[in-house]
Amino acid sequence: MLKTAQPERPDTLTWVFLGLGLLLLPVGLYLALAAPPDVNQGYLARIMYLHVPGAWLGYLAFFVTFLYSLLYLFRQNPRYDRVALASAEIGLVFMGLALVTGMLWARPTWGVYWTWEPRLTTTAILFAVYVGYFLLRGAIEDPELRAKAAAAVGILGFINVPISYMSVKWWRSLHQTQSIDLTTGKIHMDPAMLQALLFNLLVFTLLYLGFVRFRALLAVLEARREEA
Amino acid sequence: MRGKYLLGLVVILAALAYLIFGGLGQNLVYFLTPSEYLQDQARYQNRPVRLGGLVKEGTVRYDKDRLELRFTLTDGVAEVPVVHKGTPPGMFKEGQGVVVEGRFQGDHFQGTNLLVKHSETYQAPKEGWTPEEVRKLIEEAK
Repeated sequence: MLKTAQPERPDTLTWVFLGLGLLLLPVGLYLALAAPPDVNQGYLARIMYLHVPGAWLGYLAFFVTFLYSLLYLFRQNPRYDRVALASAEIGLVFMGLALVTGMLWARPTWGVYWTWEPRLTTTAILFAVYVGYFLLRGAIEDPELRAKAAAAVGILGFINVPISYMSVKWWRSLHQTQSIDLTTGKIHMDPAMLQALLFNLLVFTLLYLGFVRFRALLAVLEARREEA
Repeated sequence: MRGKYLLGLVVILAALAYLIFGGLGQNLVYFLTPSEYLQDQARYQNRPVRLGGLVKEGTVRYDKDRLELRFTLTDGVAEVPVVHKGTPPGMFKEGQGVVVEGRFQGDHFQGTNLLVKHSETYQAPKEGWTPEEVRKLIEEAK
């Protein structure tokens, strides 16, 4: 059973994640700006240090939503629904960051801000599905029905994540294939760049954990007000 | 209050349906290779298409006064002459992978949009690329 006394304030772990994340953010920025330029793209390649962690954390956040949506359907505990909601919201922020930085990167390298190629199209669909997730939540008044409907979207919507990730391999695309390929384990990147990227990935992960815990707490307070 | 959300939901569903059934159907084949195009020429005649391939070495001609870029697009088997109005993008060079949007006009492919692919490999340059050298490059380009 869960703790019956609901917390009013973020716990220590939340503050540790947020504090460490915000503290290390300038360090990550420094490492990104100190990393060597790319042979072909020059300094433009540095957008990668925002773009890649943003996209990865977006994928991870939607995976957590998928997991907690499943848990909610099995256990019917509102706490799982709140974590699913929190992760989806933070996921939208990170995915939005990936989309915006991607567009800013695409203009000087590809020549256009946007084109309807597979990676971009599937990611746009992914983003739209989770915007729909929140519109659906807003449209349903009954908390239990709302949580169930949202869980269905949280589970079905996740299908788009592996499709978006693999799109550059499955179809002809303009977007290059993965530089850190999780399916083969190959890394096509200078070690100095990889270090900066992994550090920024760590910072983004800390911020994600802090944000989700914070947002889930806000959801508790929201639910309490709704009941009252 | 709830009505607004429902309206938003309808908009999102419509957008998704459009993306999935309208856009994605064609986008699963983002571009054609020159050989694919030449095999089924009648089908693509006078229709806007995307052609993808490599810029053949030694074929790039750029007319600075008329802003006209000419090059040959190749997939190793077939070749297509491309004419594109406008300056070449920064990363455009011989041997580079490109995607050209446009349509065939007589014997050449008239490009309206030129997109440059780049590889997934990131390498630091052996030497150079210090801020001073970059500044010099920018000065020279002016």
